[in-house]
Amino acid sequence: MSWILGALVFWAAMWAVNVKLSKGPKTRLISLVVPTIFGITLLVLWECMVRGLNISPVLLPAPSAIAVRFANSLPILWVDFVQTFMKGALSGYIIGCGAAFLTAIAVDRSPFLQRGLLPVGNFVAALPIVGMAPILVMWFGFDWQSKAAVVVVMVFFPMLVNTVEGLKASDHMQRDLMQTYGASYFQGLTKLRLPAAMPFIFNGLKICSTLALIGAIVAEFFGSPIKGMGFRISTEVGRLALDMVWAEITVAALAGSAFYGAVALIEKGVTFWHPSQR
Amino acid sequence: MNKEVIIETKGLDLTFETNDGPVHALKDINLTIEKGDFVSFIGPSGCGKTTLLRVMADLEQPTGGTCTVNGVSPHEARMNRAYGYVFQAAGLYPWRTIGGNIKLPLEIMGYSKVEQEERVSKVLELVELDGFEKKFPWQLSGGMQQRASIARALAFDADILLMDEPFGALDEIVRDHLNEQLLALWARTHKTIGFVTHSIPEAVYLSTKIVVMSPRPGRIADVIESTLPKERPLEIRDTPEFIEIAHRVRDGLHEGHSNG
Repeated sequence: MSWILGALVFWAAMWAVNVKLSKGPKTRLISLVVPTIFGITLLVLWECMVRGLNISPVLLPAPSAIAVRFANSLPILWVDFVQTFMKGALSGYIIGCGAAFLTAIAVDRSPFLQRGLLPVGNFVAALPIVGMAPILVMWFGFDWQSKAAVVVVMVFFPMLVNTVEGLKASDHMQRDLMQTYGASYFQGLTKLRLPAAMPFIFNGLKICSTLALIGAIVAEFFGSPIKGMGFRISTEVGRLALDMVWAEITVAALAGSAFYGAVALIEKGVTFWHPSQR
Repeated sequence: MNKEVIIETKGLDLTFETNDGPVHALKDINLTIEKGDFVSFIGPSGCGKTTLLRVMADLEQPTGGTCTVNGVSPHEARMNRAYGYVFQAAGLYPWRTIGGNIKLPLEIMGYSKVEQEERVSKVLELVELDGFEKKFPWQLSGGMQQRASIARALAFDADILLMDEPFGALDEIVRDHLNEQLLALWARTHKTIGFVTHSIPEAVYLSTKIVVMSPRPGRIADVIESTLPKERPLEIRDTPEFIEIAHRVRDGLHEGHSNG
């Protein structure tokens, strides 16, 4: 009982602190402290409730149990991270986004491809990943190559659509201007249309950064060597070691946020001129 | 006086095919622009004044008649970088600084880095924007942006300057100032200028020749040779001579309308 009471008191206290903080002046520090307090409060509530209500660790392990498991399994988690994120997700992301970018330029150049390729891409994007993944595992083997292939299929279309849209973003007058200079197609592309497309391209890159991790993890459910985040999640669930599943989820959340943050940071540098950034 | 002919159109016709049927944008345009002329095109919207300028710039293709620029086709003239074009909006690239924007045509035309720098500082001085080279376009006022876009069109030394309502979006005070600057610039650089406007005082104040156009189909209603001296302070707009020319322009516009 005391755990539950303690949780409620802590909750109320932190709520009061945050209300007071958000009424004060808006500094950079406070805008960081407020969400941190909120996050800590959630964790404390979770911990106390699990203890106070005697919740089975299979249903919901306490954050402390997850943290202990996390700390004790660092080597395994690292191996899984390298296998799934670095090899599967990242290589698939780079190949998929790169291929989509080049295809977008080809599509943009040729109205024929625009009519033919975009609907096909749309069709592929509509295929469910749980259907595609086993097939790609058959094709490319159990190791990370098949996971990268799933990621390629997942990120290709969002990236393609965004880049094609971006290449249309420069307005008529700006293109006329390039014409008056007698600029070549390539000059028009590099000096006007690609810079103008950057906000769209980064939009695609950000969407794909989250898709890539999901794709790589889910693909491992359909066959993988005895490492990888998806493999670990599916086997540890079978052993009812839910604290390990949660530890993997923590890794996925950290890696995903860091990945997204890194792309967003590069975007800020490249599209500093866009009204949404300046 | 036998001056060199820079732009010449003979029986120029242009019909746009639209979803609502053909639109006759230009009909039988015969016009000669000589070296050093400042020619204004004035008329109500839809009279084809912008279209005519765009034909000279090879941004539209005529459907009949001929147009020559520097004695060659507009396409060849464009490829020779014979003209600088100033659009209604400044259209500076927001990811480039003012200096970077002015360098854009120079990069495309393959000028050396050293020459790019020299030309940028020269034209910035010409439009009185020295010191703003490192600023980004969005940090400047509308009038300054338009001046930067004029600098960009001047950077590569084309002998012809085509301007499509460059000051249309600016307020009257800024506009007066820029008109005065434009005349000074024209006097210094001896360029041939084609200038689209819908303001009668602006056309009369700036031009040596005023082409009055009327709509549906777009055609020339009157061509007025200005008798004003080349030296034009802003006060010239109160002289009887100025008012008389303005009157003639207004008559031309009115006639074109009632006939159309």
